[in-house]
Amino acid sequence: MAVRAVAEPVLVLERLCKRFGGVIATDDLSLEVRPGEIHALIGPNGAGKTTVIGQICGEIRPDAGRVLFAGADITALSVAQRVRCGLSRTFQIVQLLDDDTALENVAIAVQAAQGHSFRFWADARLDRRRIEAARASLLEVGLPQERWRVRASDLSHGERKQLELAIALARQPKLLLLDEPMAGLGAAESVRMTEVLRAFKGRIPMLLVEHDMDAVFRLADRVSVLVAGRCIASGLPEAVRTDPAVREAYLTEEEA
Amino acid sequence: MRDRLLLPLLLLIAASLPWVAEAFGTPATTGLATRIAIYAIAAASLNVILGFGGLVSFGHAAYFGLGGYTVGILWEHFRLGEPFLGIVPGSANLLVTFPCSLLVGGLAAAAIGALSLRTSGVQFIMITLAFAQMVYFLFVSLAVYGGDDGLMIRRTNAFLGLNLRDAATMYWLSLGVLVVWLWLLGRIVRSRFGRVLEGVRQSERRMAAIGISTYPYKLAAFVISGVGCAAAGALWANHARFVSPDMMHWTKSGELMIMVILGGMGTLLGPVLGSAALVGLEYMLSGLTEHWQFILGPILIMIVLFARNGLMSLLAPRGRASRG
Repeated sequence: MAVRAVAEPVLVLERLCKRFGGVIATDDLSLEVRPGEIHALIGPNGAGKTTVIGQICGEIRPDAGRVLFAGADITALSVAQRVRCGLSRTFQIVQLLDDDTALENVAIAVQAAQGHSFRFWADARLDRRRIEAARASLLEVGLPQERWRVRASDLSHGERKQLELAIALARQPKLLLLDEPMAGLGAAESVRMTEVLRAFKGRIPMLLVEHDMDAVFRLADRVSVLVAGRCIASGLPEAVRTDPAVREAYLTEEEA
Repeated sequence: MRDRLLLPLLLLIAASLPWVAEAFGTPATTGLATRIAIYAIAAASLNVILGFGGLVSFGHAAYFGLGGYTVGILWEHFRLGEPFLGIVPGSANLLVTFPCSLLVGGLAAAAIGALSLRTSGVQFIMITLAFAQMVYFLFVSLAVYGGDDGLMIRRTNAFLGLNLRDAATMYWLSLGVLVVWLWLLGRIVRSRFGRVLEGVRQSERRMAAIGISTYPYKLAAFVISGVGCAAAGALWANHARFVSPDMMHWTKSGELMIMVILGGMGTLLGPVLGSAALVGLEYMLSGLTEHWQFILGPILIMIVLFARNGLMSLLAPRGRASRG
Protein backbone atom coordinates (compact mmCIF):
# COMPACT_ATOMS: atom_id res chain seq x y z
CA MET A 1 0.00 0.00 0.00
CA ALA A 2 2.95 2.28 0.61
CA VAL A 3 3.99 2.04 -3.03
CA ARG A 4 0.51 2.94 -4.12
CA ALA A 5 0.42 6.04 -2.03
CA VAL A 6 3.56 7.41 -3.65
CA ALA A 7 3.09 6.50 -7.28
CA GLU A 8 -0.10 6.55 -9.25
CA PRO A 9 -0.84 3.39 -11.21
CA VAL A 10 0.15 3.44 -14.89
CA LEU A 11 -2.91 1.57 -16.06
CA VAL A 12 -6.28 1.40 -14.38
CA LEU A 13 -9.22 -0.64 -15.59
CA GLU A 14 -12.33 0.73 -13.96
CA ARG A 15 -15.38 -1.54 -13.81
CA LEU A 16 -15.04 -2.74 -17.40
CA CYS A 17 -17.99 -4.64 -18.86
CA LYS A 18 -18.24 -6.28 -22.25
CA ARG A 19 -20.80 -8.72 -23.54
CA PHE A 20 -21.03 -10.44 -26.90
CA GLY A 21 -24.68 -11.30 -27.38
CA GLY A 22 -25.60 -13.41 -24.36
CA VAL A 23 -22.02 -14.09 -23.33
CA ILE A 24 -20.52 -11.88 -20.65
CA ALA A 25 -16.86 -11.67 -21.63
CA THR A 26 -15.79 -9.03 -19.12
CA ASP A 27 -17.81 -8.71 -15.95
CA ASP A 28 -17.25 -5.60 -13.87
CA LEU A 29 -13.48 -5.93 -14.02
CA SER A 30 -11.24 -3.54 -12.16
CA LEU A 31 -7.49 -3.90 -12.23
CA GLU A 32 -4.38 -1.78 -12.07
CA VAL A 33 -0.75 -1.91 -13.07
CA ARG A 34 1.60 0.09 -10.87
CA PRO A 35 4.85 1.72 -11.97
CA GLY A 36 7.67 -0.75 -12.35
CA GLU A 37 5.65 -3.84 -11.64
CA ILE A 38 4.93 -6.90 -13.73
CA HIS A 39 1.29 -7.72 -13.28
CA ALA A 40 0.29 -11.13 -14.60
CA LEU A 41 -3.24 -11.83 -15.74
CA ILE A 42 -3.96 -15.53 -15.77
CA GLY A 43 -7.06 -17.64 -16.17
CA PRO A 44 -8.33 -20.77 -17.89
CA ASN A 45 -9.18 -20.78 -21.59
CA GLY A 46 -12.28 -18.75 -22.31
CA ALA A 47 -11.90 -16.64 -19.17
CA GLY A 48 -11.90 -13.48 -21.30
CA LYS A 49 -8.23 -12.54 -21.19
CA THR A 50 -8.06 -11.73 -24.90
CA THR A 51 -11.15 -9.53 -24.59
CA VAL A 52 -9.50 -7.60 -21.76
CA ILE A 53 -6.35 -7.10 -23.84
CA GLY A 54 -8.54 -5.94 -26.74
CA GLN A 55 -10.20 -3.34 -24.54
CA ILE A 56 -6.91 -2.07 -23.16
CA CYS A 57 -5.25 -1.67 -26.55
CA GLY A 58 -8.40 -0.28 -28.18
CA GLU A 59 -9.42 -3.00 -30.60
CA ILE A 60 -12.60 -3.66 -28.58
CA ARG A 61 -14.82 -0.97 -27.10
CA PRO A 62 -16.12 -1.75 -23.60
CA ASP A 63 -19.88 -1.53 -23.00
CA ALA A 64 -19.25 0.20 -19.70
CA GLY A 65 -16.32 1.26 -17.58
CA ARG A 66 -13.16 3.20 -18.28
CA VAL A 67 -9.54 2.59 -19.17
CA LEU A 68 -7.14 5.07 -17.59
CA PHE A 69 -3.56 5.26 -18.77
CA ALA A 70 -0.89 7.49 -17.23
CA GLY A 71 -3.65 9.40 -15.50
CA ALA A 72 -5.71 10.10 -18.63
CA ASP A 73 -8.95 8.50 -19.78
CA ILE A 74 -8.11 6.67 -23.02
CA THR A 75 -11.38 4.73 -23.36
CA ALA A 76 -12.38 6.64 -26.50
CA LEU A 77 -8.97 6.62 -28.20
CA SER A 78 -8.09 4.50 -31.25
CA VAL A 79 -5.46 1.76 -31.20
CA ALA A 80 -2.84 3.97 -32.84
CA GLN A 81 -3.58 6.91 -30.53
CA ARG A 82 -3.10 4.70 -27.46
CA VAL A 83 0.22 3.50 -28.83
CA ARG A 84 1.27 7.10 -29.31
CA CYS A 85 0.41 7.70 -25.62
CA GLY A 86 3.01 5.05 -24.73
CA LEU A 87 1.06 1.80 -24.63
CA SER A 88 2.90 -0.85 -26.65
CA ARG A 89 1.82 -4.44 -27.11
CA THR A 90 2.81 -7.79 -28.50
CA PHE A 91 0.37 -10.21 -30.07
CA GLN A 92 -0.57 -13.74 -29.17
CA ILE A 93 -0.32 -14.56 -32.87
CA VAL A 94 2.71 -12.63 -34.07
CA GLN A 95 1.92 -9.70 -36.39
CA LEU A 96 4.91 -8.69 -38.47
CA LEU A 97 5.65 -7.16 -41.84
CA ASP A 98 6.62 -10.53 -43.27
CA ASP A 99 8.21 -9.26 -46.51
CA ASP A 100 10.54 -6.92 -44.65
CA THR A 101 13.73 -7.69 -42.79
CA ALA A 102 13.83 -7.90 -39.01
CA LEU A 103 15.73 -4.62 -38.92
CA GLU A 104 13.21 -2.88 -41.15
CA ASN A 105 10.34 -4.13 -38.97
CA VAL A 106 11.86 -2.32 -36.00
CA ALA A 107 12.97 0.68 -38.08
CA ILE A 108 9.42 1.45 -39.15
CA ALA A 109 8.36 1.48 -35.49
CA VAL A 110 11.21 3.87 -34.76
CA GLN A 111 10.09 5.98 -37.70
CA ALA A 112 6.54 6.05 -36.33
CA ALA A 113 7.87 7.29 -32.99
CA GLN A 114 9.70 10.15 -34.74
CA GLY A 115 6.53 11.92 -35.89
CA HIS A 116 4.49 11.85 -39.08
CA SER A 117 5.68 10.01 -42.17
CA PHE A 118 4.57 12.47 -44.83
CA ARG A 119 8.12 12.56 -46.13
CA PHE A 120 8.17 11.66 -49.77
CA TRP A 121 11.69 12.37 -50.90
CA ALA A 122 14.62 11.00 -48.91
CA ASP A 123 15.42 7.28 -49.04
CA ALA A 124 14.18 5.88 -45.73
CA ARG A 125 16.56 2.92 -45.73
CA LEU A 126 19.58 5.23 -45.76
CA ASP A 127 18.20 7.25 -42.86
CA ARG A 128 20.52 6.72 -39.88
CA ARG A 129 17.97 8.08 -37.42
CA ARG A 130 15.72 5.12 -38.17
CA ILE A 131 18.36 2.44 -38.17
CA GLU A 132 20.36 3.29 -35.06
CA ALA A 133 17.47 3.17 -32.62
CA ALA A 134 16.27 -0.02 -34.31
CA ARG A 135 19.64 -1.68 -33.75
CA ALA A 136 19.60 -0.72 -30.08
CA SER A 137 16.19 -2.26 -29.66
CA LEU A 138 17.22 -5.49 -31.39
CA LEU A 139 20.30 -5.76 -29.21
CA GLU A 140 18.18 -5.40 -26.09
CA VAL A 141 16.00 -8.40 -26.93
CA GLY A 142 19.07 -10.40 -27.93
CA LEU A 143 18.20 -11.25 -31.51
CA PRO A 144 21.54 -12.35 -33.02
CA GLN A 145 22.98 -9.74 -35.36
CA GLU A 146 23.30 -12.14 -38.29
CA ARG A 147 19.50 -12.49 -38.26
CA TRP A 148 18.78 -8.77 -38.63
CA ARG A 149 18.88 -8.81 -42.42
CA VAL A 150 16.66 -11.89 -42.68
CA ARG A 151 13.09 -11.48 -43.84
CA ALA A 152 10.63 -11.69 -40.95
CA SER A 153 8.82 -14.61 -42.61
CA ASP A 154 12.07 -16.61 -42.65
CA LEU A 155 12.72 -16.22 -38.93
CA SER A 156 11.92 -19.02 -36.48
CA HIS A 157 8.85 -18.71 -34.28
CA GLY A 158 10.99 -17.85 -31.27
CA GLU A 159 12.88 -15.20 -33.19
CA ARG A 160 9.62 -13.71 -34.41
CA LYS A 161 8.43 -13.41 -30.80
CA GLN A 162 11.72 -11.69 -29.93
CA LEU A 163 11.39 -9.38 -32.92
CA GLU A 164 7.89 -8.39 -31.90
CA LEU A 165 9.17 -7.49 -28.46
CA ALA A 166 11.92 -5.37 -30.05
CA ILE A 167 9.26 -3.55 -32.10
CA ALA A 168 7.19 -2.87 -28.98
CA LEU A 169 10.27 -1.54 -27.18
CA ALA A 170 11.28 0.69 -30.08
CA ARG A 171 8.67 3.25 -29.08
CA GLN A 172 10.06 3.38 -25.53
CA PRO A 173 6.66 2.59 -24.06
CA LYS A 174 5.33 3.52 -20.63
CA LEU A 175 3.60 0.14 -20.45
CA LEU A 176 4.08 -3.17 -22.22
CA LEU A 177 1.06 -5.30 -22.88
CA LEU A 178 2.28 -8.84 -23.46
CA ASP A 179 -0.27 -11.24 -24.89
CA GLU A 180 1.16 -14.71 -24.25
CA PRO A 181 4.81 -14.02 -25.09
CA MET A 182 5.70 -17.68 -24.36
CA ALA A 183 2.99 -19.19 -26.57
CA GLY A 184 4.47 -21.80 -28.90
CA LEU A 185 8.00 -21.44 -27.56
CA GLY A 186 10.16 -24.44 -26.69
CA ALA A 187 11.37 -24.86 -23.13
CA ALA A 188 14.76 -23.27 -23.79
CA GLU A 189 13.28 -20.39 -25.79
CA SER A 190 10.76 -19.81 -23.07
CA VAL A 191 13.51 -19.51 -20.46
CA ARG A 192 15.40 -17.08 -22.70
CA MET A 193 12.30 -14.93 -23.23
CA THR A 194 11.69 -14.91 -19.49
CA GLU A 195 15.24 -13.65 -18.95
CA VAL A 196 14.83 -10.94 -21.56
CA LEU A 197 11.61 -9.73 -19.93
CA ARG A 198 13.17 -9.93 -16.50
CA ALA A 199 15.89 -7.54 -17.67
CA PHE A 200 13.23 -4.86 -18.15
CA LYS A 201 11.68 -5.46 -14.76
CA GLY A 202 11.49 -2.27 -12.78
CA ARG A 203 12.13 -0.16 -15.88
CA ILE A 204 8.98 -0.78 -17.87
CA PRO A 205 5.75 -1.86 -16.20
CA MET A 206 4.09 -4.82 -17.89
CA LEU A 207 0.73 -6.48 -18.00
CA LEU A 208 1.49 -10.08 -18.80
CA VAL A 209 -1.16 -12.47 -20.05
CA GLU A 210 0.39 -15.92 -19.96
CA HIS A 211 -0.37 -19.63 -19.71
CA ASP A 212 3.16 -20.69 -18.83
CA MET A 213 2.95 -20.78 -15.03
CA ASP A 214 6.71 -21.15 -14.58
CA ALA A 215 7.22 -17.88 -16.40
CA VAL A 216 4.37 -16.18 -14.54
CA PHE A 217 5.70 -17.09 -11.12
CA ARG A 218 9.25 -16.21 -12.09
CA LEU A 219 8.33 -12.77 -13.44
CA ALA A 220 5.21 -11.44 -11.79
CA ASP A 221 5.10 -9.08 -8.83
CA ARG A 222 1.35 -9.50 -8.65
CA VAL A 223 -1.08 -11.96 -10.18
CA SER A 224 -4.74 -11.51 -10.98
CA VAL A 225 -6.91 -14.48 -11.84
CA LEU A 226 -9.68 -14.09 -14.36
CA VAL A 227 -12.52 -16.61 -14.47
CA ALA A 228 -15.61 -16.07 -16.64
CA GLY A 229 -14.73 -12.41 -17.12
CA ARG A 230 -14.37 -11.70 -13.42
CA CYS A 231 -11.33 -11.21 -11.27
CA ILE A 232 -11.63 -13.84 -8.56
CA ALA A 233 -8.30 -13.18 -6.89
CA SER A 234 -5.52 -10.65 -7.03
CA GLY A 235 -2.36 -10.37 -5.02
CA LEU A 236 1.17 -11.63 -4.51
CA PRO A 237 2.00 -14.75 -6.54
CA GLU A 238 2.35 -16.96 -3.46
CA ALA A 239 -0.96 -15.81 -2.01
CA VAL A 240 -2.75 -16.41 -5.28
CA ARG A 241 -1.15 -19.81 -5.76
CA THR A 242 -2.54 -21.01 -2.44
CA ASP A 243 -5.94 -19.34 -2.76
CA PRO A 244 -8.50 -22.18 -2.60
CA ALA A 245 -10.88 -20.52 -5.08
CA VAL A 246 -8.09 -20.16 -7.58
CA ARG A 247 -6.93 -23.73 -7.11
CA GLU A 248 -10.42 -24.96 -7.75
CA ALA A 249 -11.10 -22.76 -10.77
CA TYR A 250 -7.82 -22.93 -12.49
CA LEU A 251 -4.62 -24.37 -11.15
CA THR A 252 -5.96 -27.83 -10.36
CA GLU A 253 -7.32 -28.13 -13.86
CA GLU A 254 -3.96 -27.06 -15.24
CA GLU A 255 -1.99 -29.49 -13.10
CA ALA A 256 -4.31 -32.42 -13.63
CA MET B 1 24.06 -2.76 -60.17
CA ARG B 2 23.44 -3.73 -63.75
CA ASP B 3 20.38 -1.41 -63.61
CA ARG B 4 22.78 1.50 -63.93
CA LEU B 5 23.58 0.46 -67.48
CA LEU B 6 20.34 -1.25 -68.35
CA LEU B 7 18.00 1.64 -67.68
CA PRO B 8 19.75 4.30 -69.80
CA LEU B 9 20.08 1.71 -72.56
CA LEU B 10 16.36 0.91 -72.42
CA LEU B 11 15.59 4.61 -72.43
CA LEU B 12 17.80 5.14 -75.45
CA ILE B 13 16.05 2.35 -77.34
CA ALA B 14 12.65 3.72 -76.34
CA ALA B 15 13.58 7.25 -77.41
CA SER B 16 14.87 6.17 -80.81
CA LEU B 17 11.74 4.16 -81.58
CA PRO B 18 10.09 6.70 -83.95
CA TRP B 19 13.20 6.72 -86.19
CA VAL B 20 13.42 2.95 -86.15
CA ALA B 21 9.74 2.69 -87.00
CA GLU B 22 10.27 5.12 -89.87
CA ALA B 23 13.26 3.18 -91.13
CA PHE B 24 11.35 -0.08 -91.14
CA GLY B 25 8.43 1.54 -92.89
CA THR B 26 6.02 0.92 -90.01
CA PRO B 27 5.23 4.41 -88.72
CA ALA B 28 2.08 3.08 -87.02
CA THR B 29 4.38 1.55 -84.39
CA THR B 30 4.98 5.03 -82.96
CA GLY B 31 1.28 5.47 -82.24
CA LEU B 32 1.18 2.04 -80.65
CA ALA B 33 4.16 2.91 -78.46
CA THR B 34 2.46 6.16 -77.45
CA ARG B 35 -0.56 4.18 -76.30
CA ILE B 36 1.70 1.87 -74.34
CA ALA B 37 3.46 4.80 -72.66
CA ILE B 38 0.20 6.53 -71.75
CA TYR B 39 -1.36 3.39 -70.31
CA ALA B 40 1.90 2.71 -68.50
CA ILE B 41 1.54 6.07 -66.73
CA ALA B 42 -1.99 5.16 -65.66
CA ALA B 43 -1.04 1.62 -64.63
CA ALA B 44 2.02 2.82 -62.69
CA SER B 45 -0.27 5.23 -60.87
CA LEU B 46 -2.82 2.55 -60.04
CA ASN B 47 0.08 0.43 -58.84
CA VAL B 48 0.76 2.97 -56.05
CA ILE B 49 -2.48 2.07 -54.32
CA LEU B 50 -2.97 -1.48 -55.66
CA GLY B 51 0.56 -2.85 -55.68
CA PHE B 52 2.35 -0.88 -52.98
CA GLY B 53 -0.64 -0.15 -50.73
CA GLY B 54 -2.48 -3.43 -51.32
CA LEU B 55 -5.79 -1.61 -51.76
CA VAL B 56 -7.83 -2.94 -54.67
CA SER B 57 -9.35 0.10 -56.34
CA PHE B 58 -11.64 -0.89 -59.15
CA GLY B 59 -12.43 2.61 -60.32
CA HIS B 60 -9.26 4.26 -61.51
CA ALA B 61 -10.53 4.74 -65.04
CA ALA B 62 -12.60 7.59 -63.56
CA TYR B 63 -9.47 9.70 -63.01
CA PHE B 64 -8.12 8.75 -66.42
CA GLY B 65 -11.39 9.94 -67.94
CA LEU B 66 -11.57 13.08 -65.81
CA GLY B 67 -8.05 14.02 -66.88
CA GLY B 68 -9.03 13.55 -70.50
CA TYR B 69 -12.31 15.42 -70.18
CA THR B 70 -10.55 18.35 -68.51
CA VAL B 71 -8.51 18.79 -71.68
CA GLY B 72 -11.60 18.17 -73.84
CA ILE B 73 -13.88 20.57 -71.99
CA LEU B 74 -11.28 23.34 -71.82
CA TRP B 75 -10.77 22.91 -75.57
CA GLU B 76 -14.53 23.07 -76.18
CA HIS B 77 -14.81 26.35 -74.26
CA PHE B 78 -11.75 27.69 -76.00
CA ARG B 79 -13.35 26.86 -79.35
CA LEU B 80 -16.69 28.41 -78.41
CA GLY B 81 -15.00 31.38 -76.76
CA GLU B 82 -17.19 31.25 -73.68
CA PRO B 83 -15.86 30.46 -70.20
CA PHE B 84 -16.64 27.20 -68.40
CA LEU B 85 -19.41 27.83 -65.81
CA GLY B 86 -19.13 31.47 -66.80
CA ILE B 87 -15.83 31.88 -64.95
CA VAL B 88 -13.06 29.54 -66.15
CA PRO B 89 -11.84 30.55 -69.60
CA GLY B 90 -11.18 27.75 -72.06
CA SER B 91 -7.68 26.85 -73.10
CA ALA B 92 -5.85 24.90 -75.73
CA ASN B 93 -2.43 25.21 -74.19
CA LEU B 94 -1.04 22.08 -72.58
CA LEU B 95 0.83 24.20 -70.02
CA VAL B 96 -2.60 25.22 -68.75
CA THR B 97 -4.72 22.15 -69.43
CA PHE B 98 -2.25 19.60 -68.07
CA PRO B 99 -2.02 21.11 -64.56
CA CYS B 100 -5.81 21.56 -64.64
CA SER B 101 -6.18 17.84 -65.39
CA LEU B 102 -3.92 16.92 -62.49
CA LEU B 103 -5.89 19.19 -60.20
CA VAL B 104 -9.26 17.76 -61.26
CA GLY B 105 -7.97 14.19 -60.96
CA GLY B 106 -6.45 14.92 -57.56
CA LEU B 107 -9.58 16.60 -56.19
CA ALA B 108 -11.83 13.81 -57.44
CA ALA B 109 -9.52 11.19 -55.94
CA ALA B 110 -9.44 13.10 -52.64
CA ALA B 111 -13.24 13.20 -52.45
CA ILE B 112 -13.84 9.62 -53.60
CA GLY B 113 -10.89 8.29 -51.63
CA ALA B 114 -11.96 10.05 -48.43
CA LEU B 115 -15.27 8.19 -48.53
CA SER B 116 -14.09 4.87 -50.01
CA LEU B 117 -11.19 4.43 -47.60
CA ARG B 118 -13.61 4.30 -44.69
CA THR B 119 -14.30 0.77 -45.92
CA SER B 120 -11.93 -2.08 -46.68
CA GLY B 121 -11.78 -5.40 -48.49
CA VAL B 122 -14.63 -6.25 -50.83
CA GLN B 123 -16.61 -3.17 -49.82
CA PHE B 124 -13.72 -0.99 -50.89
CA ILE B 125 -13.62 -2.67 -54.30
CA MET B 126 -17.35 -2.20 -54.73
CA ILE B 127 -17.48 1.40 -53.56
CA THR B 128 -14.61 2.53 -55.80
CA LEU B 129 -16.35 0.78 -58.69
CA ALA B 130 -19.65 2.47 -57.82
CA PHE B 131 -18.10 5.94 -57.69
CA ALA B 132 -16.37 5.41 -61.02
CA GLN B 133 -19.62 4.29 -62.63
CA MET B 134 -21.33 7.39 -61.22
CA VAL B 135 -18.74 9.57 -62.91
CA TYR B 136 -19.16 7.49 -66.09
CA PHE B 137 -22.93 7.99 -66.17
CA LEU B 138 -22.55 11.66 -65.35
CA PHE B 139 -20.55 12.13 -68.54
CA VAL B 140 -22.88 9.89 -70.56
CA SER B 141 -25.72 12.23 -69.60
CA LEU B 142 -23.79 15.47 -70.19
CA ALA B 143 -25.22 16.28 -73.64
CA VAL B 144 -23.34 19.62 -73.74
CA TYR B 145 -20.10 17.72 -73.98
CA GLY B 146 -21.28 15.11 -76.43
CA GLY B 147 -22.79 12.68 -73.93
CA ASP B 148 -22.41 9.13 -75.14
CA ASP B 149 -20.68 10.21 -78.36
CA GLY B 150 -17.85 11.97 -76.61
CA LEU B 151 -16.04 15.11 -77.54
CA MET B 152 -13.81 15.74 -80.56
CA ILE B 153 -10.72 17.84 -79.99
CA ARG B 154 -10.05 19.21 -83.44
CA ARG B 155 -6.73 20.76 -82.59
CA THR B 156 -4.19 19.32 -80.20
CA ASN B 157 -2.99 21.52 -77.37
CA ALA B 158 -0.19 23.96 -78.01
CA PHE B 159 2.90 23.07 -76.05
CA LEU B 160 6.07 25.15 -76.19
CA GLY B 161 5.83 25.46 -79.94
CA LEU B 162 5.82 21.70 -80.48
CA ASN B 163 3.35 20.07 -82.83
CA LEU B 164 1.61 17.37 -80.82
CA ARG B 165 -0.18 16.25 -83.92
CA ASP B 166 3.11 14.80 -85.05
CA ALA B 167 3.16 11.18 -83.90
CA ALA B 168 6.82 11.21 -82.90
CA THR B 169 6.50 14.43 -80.87
CA MET B 170 3.44 13.09 -79.06
CA TYR B 171 5.33 9.88 -78.36
CA TRP B 172 8.35 11.69 -76.94
CA LEU B 173 6.13 13.82 -74.75
CA SER B 174 4.35 10.74 -73.39
CA LEU B 175 7.62 8.92 -72.87
CA GLY B 176 9.03 11.95 -71.09
CA VAL B 177 6.05 12.18 -68.73
CA LEU B 178 6.29 8.42 -68.09
CA VAL B 179 9.99 8.60 -67.23
CA VAL B 180 9.58 11.59 -64.92
CA TRP B 181 6.57 9.99 -63.24
CA LEU B 182 8.40 6.68 -62.69
CA TRP B 183 11.36 8.56 -61.26
CA LEU B 184 9.08 10.44 -58.85
CA LEU B 185 7.26 7.24 -57.87
CA GLY B 186 10.63 5.59 -57.31
CA ARG B 187 11.52 8.29 -54.80
CA ILE B 188 8.12 8.07 -53.13
CA VAL B 189 8.11 4.29 -52.61
CA ARG B 190 11.57 4.43 -51.04
CA SER B 191 10.72 7.32 -48.74
CA ARG B 192 9.31 7.17 -45.23
CA PHE B 193 5.87 7.56 -46.77
CA GLY B 194 6.56 4.62 -49.05
CA ARG B 195 7.63 2.48 -46.10
CA VAL B 196 4.32 3.21 -44.37
CA LEU B 197 2.41 2.33 -47.54
CA GLU B 198 4.33 -0.93 -47.80
CA GLY B 199 3.45 -1.62 -44.17
CA VAL B 200 -0.22 -0.96 -44.85
CA ARG B 201 -0.14 -3.59 -47.59
CA GLN B 202 1.41 -6.17 -45.31
CA SER B 203 -0.48 -5.65 -42.06
CA GLU B 204 -2.71 -2.76 -41.06
CA ARG B 205 -2.93 -4.26 -37.60
CA ARG B 206 0.83 -4.07 -37.23
CA MET B 207 0.84 -0.45 -38.39
CA ALA B 208 -1.77 0.49 -35.78
CA ALA B 209 0.27 -1.36 -33.15
CA ILE B 210 3.29 0.87 -33.83
CA GLY B 211 1.10 3.95 -33.52
CA ILE B 212 0.38 4.81 -37.14
CA SER B 213 -3.14 5.86 -38.07
CA THR B 214 -3.18 4.54 -41.61
CA TYR B 215 -6.10 6.50 -43.06
CA PRO B 216 -4.28 9.74 -43.99
CA TYR B 217 -1.48 7.77 -45.64
CA LYS B 218 -3.89 5.66 -47.65
CA LEU B 219 -5.73 8.79 -48.72
CA ALA B 220 -2.49 10.49 -49.82
CA ALA B 221 -1.58 7.40 -51.85
CA PHE B 222 -5.05 7.36 -53.37
CA VAL B 223 -4.69 11.01 -54.43
CA ILE B 224 -1.21 10.41 -55.89
CA SER B 225 -2.58 7.53 -57.97
CA GLY B 226 -5.57 9.62 -59.06
CA VAL B 227 -3.31 12.47 -60.18
CA GLY B 228 -1.15 10.07 -62.20
CA CYS B 229 -4.17 8.56 -63.95
CA ALA B 230 -5.44 12.06 -64.78
CA ALA B 231 -2.05 12.90 -66.31
CA ALA B 232 -2.37 9.84 -68.52
CA GLY B 233 -5.91 10.89 -69.46
CA ALA B 234 -4.75 14.38 -70.45
CA LEU B 235 -2.09 12.88 -72.72
CA TRP B 236 -4.62 10.44 -74.14
CA ALA B 237 -6.97 13.30 -75.05
CA ASN B 238 -4.16 14.88 -77.05
CA HIS B 239 -3.08 11.63 -78.61
CA ALA B 240 -6.54 10.48 -79.67
CA ARG B 241 -7.90 14.03 -80.13
CA PHE B 242 -11.10 12.62 -78.72
CA VAL B 243 -12.54 11.91 -75.29
CA SER B 244 -15.58 9.81 -74.50
CA PRO B 245 -17.21 8.19 -71.46
CA ASP B 246 -15.62 4.91 -72.59
CA MET B 247 -12.40 6.22 -71.03
CA MET B 248 -13.98 5.76 -67.60
CA HIS B 249 -15.99 2.62 -68.17
CA TRP B 250 -15.41 -0.09 -65.58
CA THR B 251 -13.80 -2.32 -68.19
CA LYS B 252 -11.10 0.34 -68.54
CA SER B 253 -10.50 0.15 -64.77
CA GLY B 254 -10.24 -3.60 -65.24
CA GLU B 255 -7.70 -3.20 -68.04
CA LEU B 256 -5.52 -1.01 -65.84
CA MET B 257 -5.72 -3.62 -63.08
CA ILE B 258 -4.76 -6.37 -65.53
CA MET B 259 -1.72 -4.33 -66.62
CA VAL B 260 -0.57 -3.96 -63.02
CA ILE B 261 -1.11 -7.60 -62.11
CA LEU B 262 0.34 -8.84 -65.40
CA GLY B 263 3.46 -6.74 -65.08
CA GLY B 264 4.06 -7.22 -61.37
CA MET B 265 2.32 -5.57 -58.45
CA GLY B 266 4.47 -3.41 -56.25
CA THR B 267 7.31 -3.12 -58.74
CA LEU B 268 8.31 0.10 -60.43
CA LEU B 269 8.61 -1.14 -64.00
CA GLY B 270 6.02 -3.91 -63.81
CA PRO B 271 3.11 -1.72 -64.94
CA VAL B 272 5.14 -0.58 -67.96
CA LEU B 273 5.70 -4.21 -68.95
CA GLY B 274 2.05 -4.94 -68.28
CA SER B 275 0.94 -2.08 -70.46
CA ALA B 276 3.30 -3.12 -73.25
CA ALA B 277 2.11 -6.72 -73.02
CA LEU B 278 -1.60 -5.95 -72.99
CA VAL B 279 -1.64 -3.17 -75.57
CA GLY B 280 0.86 -5.05 -77.72
CA LEU B 281 -1.02 -8.35 -77.59
CA GLU B 282 -4.29 -6.60 -78.32
CA TYR B 283 -2.75 -4.94 -81.36
CA MET B 284 -1.14 -8.10 -82.73
CA LEU B 285 -4.06 -10.43 -82.05
CA SER B 286 -6.70 -8.04 -83.35
CA GLY B 287 -4.69 -7.97 -86.60
CA LEU B 288 -5.01 -11.74 -86.83
CA THR B 289 -8.64 -12.30 -86.01
CA GLU B 290 -11.79 -10.52 -85.03
CA HIS B 291 -12.13 -12.84 -82.04
CA TRP B 292 -8.77 -11.83 -80.60
CA GLN B 293 -10.07 -11.77 -77.04
CA PHE B 294 -10.58 -15.50 -77.37
CA ILE B 295 -6.81 -15.87 -77.68
CA LEU B 296 -5.86 -13.08 -75.27
CA GLY B 297 -7.75 -14.65 -72.36
CA PRO B 298 -5.78 -17.92 -72.23
CA ILE B 299 -2.48 -16.06 -72.69
CA LEU B 300 -3.25 -13.86 -69.67
CA ILE B 301 -4.19 -16.92 -67.63
CA MET B 302 -0.93 -18.62 -68.56
CA ILE B 303 1.13 -15.59 -67.57
CA VAL B 304 -0.63 -15.28 -64.23
CA LEU B 305 -0.26 -19.02 -63.58
CA PHE B 306 3.39 -19.32 -64.50
CA ALA B 307 4.64 -15.96 -63.32
CA ARG B 308 2.93 -15.49 -59.99
CA ASN B 309 4.36 -12.04 -59.42
CA GLY B 310 3.91 -10.92 -62.99
CA LEU B 311 6.29 -10.44 -65.86
CA MET B 312 8.76 -8.64 -63.61
CA SER B 313 9.39 -11.86 -61.69
CA LEU B 314 10.55 -13.48 -64.94
CA LEU B 315 13.13 -10.73 -65.39
CA ALA B 316 14.22 -10.48 -61.77
CA PRO B 317 13.46 -13.89 -60.24
CA ARG B 318 14.23 -12.78 -56.71
CA GLY B 319 11.17 -10.55 -56.97
CA ARG B 320 9.84 -9.37 -53.68
CA ALA B 321 12.75 -10.74 -51.71
CA SER B 322 14.99 -8.01 -53.09
CA ARG B 323 12.72 -5.38 -51.68
CA GLY B 324 13.14 -6.47 -48.03
